[in-house]
Amino acid sequence: MPTLSDSFLTALGLIVSGDADLIEIVALSLRVSLTAVLLAALIGLPLGAVLAVVRFPGRGLLIVVVNALMGLPPVVVGLVVYLTFSASGPLGVLEFLYTPAAMIVAQTVLVTPIIAALARSTLADLLGEYDETLRVLGANRFDVVATLLWDGRFSLATALLAGLGRALAEVGAVMLVGGNIDHVTRVMTTAIALETSRGALPLALGLGIVLLLITLVLNAVVLGVRNRMEAHAHA
Amino acid sequence: MSILRAALLTLAATPALANDPVVLVQSTTSTQNSGLYAHILPVASEALGLDIRVVAVGTGQALGNAQRCDGDMLITHARAAEEAFVAAGYGTARHDLMYNDFVIVGPSDDPAGVAGADSATEALSRIAAAESPFASRGDDSGTHQKELNLWDGIADVAAASGGWYRETGSGMGATLNLAVGMGAYTLTDRATWLAFENRGDHVILNQGDPALFNQYGVIPVNPAHCPNVNAEGARAFTDWLLEDGQAVIAGFMLDGEQLFFPNAGD
Repeated sequence: MPTLSDSFLTALGLIVSGDADLIEIVALSLRVSLTAVLLAALIGLPLGAVLAVVRFPGRGLLIVVVNALMGLPPVVVGLVVYLTFSASGPLGVLEFLYTPAAMIVAQTVLVTPIIAALARSTLADLLGEYDETLRVLGANRFDVVATLLWDGRFSLATALLAGLGRALAEVGAVMLVGGNIDHVTRVMTTAIALETSRGALPLALGLGIVLLLITLVLNAVVLGVRNRMEAHAHA
Repeated sequence: MSILRAALLTLAATPALANDPVVLVQSTTSTQNSGLYAHILPVASEALGLDIRVVAVGTGQALGNAQRCDGDMLITHARAAEEAFVAAGYGTARHDLMYNDFVIVGPSDDPAGVAGADSATEALSRIAAAESPFASRGDDSGTHQKELNLWDGIADVAAASGGWYRETGSGMGATLNLAVGMGAYTLTDRATWLAFENRGDHVILNQGDPALFNQYGVIPVNPAHCPNVNAEGARAFTDWLLEDGQAVIAGFMLDGEQLFFPNAGD
């Protein structure tokens, strides 16, 4: 059984040596997941804000559904995206399958409900504070949505980080739609799965530690920037 | 849709390999896990000017993916299923590529006494009689199909499933990890076993029975069934594997041991 210290040494060795394959895999992980989070934010933030502000029939049900979709199993999303982009599927002509594009689509599907649900919850609280002021000002719904998204931007960073964490950590969807092709669609999680299946457990765990460190740095950067901007905004 | 596609493709542009035509191979896992592809693909890509990409899944899943036209060719190891694939018109032809063999591995203290068995069927009979844990792939892979053939007439493994017979529904590596973890016997191809690093105290207990022969085949996907495939590239890589590639396959060694034995010309 590999000891944790073996794996830490492996992780350290990988980082210090600047292993070219590792850098390529890390870069693709970041490119795929950051793009997916960006797309998910473009859909999820307005969706969450609308759900927080606008009253319409079926709104309660929609909120339940969006919240439930936070628990979408990645492997199911992977399967659906695979069947969609399969050459014999409805969008096969796009030739996304086994490319990073399909991985981005799958992760966007996974992350959008997380960002939408957390944004709705955050903005609903904010709306409670602002409601009267906005009403006095005679703001229309569009103004309210825009104001909430802007004023809540610092709190919404947490929703984006939650989405990014999900995207970077999942393996089920990217494995199915990306195919874990060396130098083309291999990302951190699929590389970990491959090394585990080869019984190279210290290397697999070492890669896991590298992935954790990357997530840690990303969170520190985002929260650091957020805090600076927030301090600046209140200054 | 076209704008979205262009945007996504720009963001997701595949790493800047040479703009060689892509050949996508749907493959069994043993050839990837053992490192065979890392050994032969650079040589083949260079010789043919092709960007050869491998998706390694079980043989059953590989055949299914290729049937849905999500691959240009197949490298698998389940002869009956491969011939059915070609007979159904999904592949142009099936060629013998190389072979190695399956081995039965288990805990070194060998509670079922498999080591003394003079055949694979005798070994499995002893495991069944002792009701020692046996880890099965349970995933319709080539190894799983071979294992079910071996059990036929020895034990009703479907009835024993969940008891001493445990279906993992996973790849060979995951099944080996589980077998090592729970002290179970399992059937594995020799290449995956030799490349596997988490053996614990598991060892090869039975080998050499002709019934454990493991033949790999290569099949180009039929462009009449899948107009989208790169038939030319698949043909070129298939021909290379059956000719110049044979020596490259034979040259793949792990710890001084040859893992795959080319037999295209036989």
